[in-house]
Amino acid sequence: MLGGFSEEQIRRYSRHIILPEVGGKGQKKLLSSKVLCIGAGGLGAPIIEYLAAAGVGTLGIIDDDTVDLSNLQRQVIHGGNVGKPKAESAKQFVNNLNPDIEVKTYIERLNANNVIDIFKEYDIVVDGSDNFATRYLVNDACVLTDKPLSHGSIYRFEGQVTTILPHKGPCYRCLFEHAPPPGMVPSCQEAGVLGVLPGIIGVIQATEVVKYLLGIGELLVGRLIYYDALNMTFDEIKMRWNKQCPVCGEEPKITSIQEEIYGDVCRI
Amino acid sequence: MQDMSRITELDLRGEVCPYTFVKTKLKLEELESGEELKVILDHAPAVENVPRSLKNEGHKILGIEQKGDNLWNVRIRKA
Ligand SMILES: [Zn+2]
Repeated sequence: MLGGFSEEQIRRYSRHIILPEVGGKGQKKLLSSKVLCIGAGGLGAPIIEYLAAAGVGTLGIIDDDTVDLSNLQRQVIHGGNVGKPKAESAKQFVNNLNPDIEVKTYIERLNANNVIDIFKEYDIVVDGSDNFATRYLVNDACVLTDKPLSHGSIYRFEGQVTTILPHKGPCYRCLFEHAPPPGMVPSCQEAGVLGVLPGIIGVIQATEVVKYLLGIGELLVGRLIYYDALNMTFDEIKMRWNKQCPVCGEEPKITSIQEEIYGDVCRI
Repeated sequence: MQDMSRITELDLRGEVCPYTFVKTKLKLEELESGEELKVILDHAPAVENVPRSLKNEGHKILGIEQKGDNLWNVRIRKA
């Protein structure tokens, strides 16, 4: 044991430890951190994969879906697990990749009743959900409980990603006050998605989480990256705190998580 | 008061790069600023690599002594 690391850990994390910005101290921070991953689908797969590889000590994974053959076009951690709950499949992947990681699975839907209790256990939340109901629920719960949030979403060939530090920067509702009405956007299964797209966006989310946990670099706070795979462009959109924001504004209308605010568009 | 005369020793015989540096770095993280560390190396490339990487991180190399055919002591003062 050297600096609290086993011989195997010294080798596993050596490329981190070598970095002046990380070192043994930073690696220990990662090992003692707890991250909640909402969804183990397209975005969740690379998020879970890289956070586990990086040695984030505790990963919570919430997903109530099971692996379908059509998922494997992009959800790269679920090979051989068609029919299994995605959270269980993800746990199996993590255990194989890095035995240092403790995985807590939640095979349930995130909802108004369980969100606060689940969030309590974690240092930061990563949203890899694929529907507006969950996205707004996660945003509001993070603002109300002051929990950092990495937001990512994808659509066909386009993705967006930002980092929310409640009350230190704008939240998702500051930019998009309400979800589009049902019917305005195609449901998750109908839209189609380029398989590599969630890989790009999810890995950016994982990068932000690791930076946040280490306390290094500049986070995507007040900035939203808009990625277009067809044109291969990354645009940065400035986000401002909205005084009229329904959840983090000066006179917020949303002061607690009430079930009726969050419609049920489709599953995580 | 920290004891500046205390010299910690790290025996890295049998270890190769980059783990020679990784382990030296982890040991230094346990020490106080200004404390001295003596590292014993028998992997020739490490005798150049380890001091260079340590200097990049701001530590001071106090000396490199060859003790045998394939044996070196590197003395470091922690930044
Ligand atoms: Zn807001």
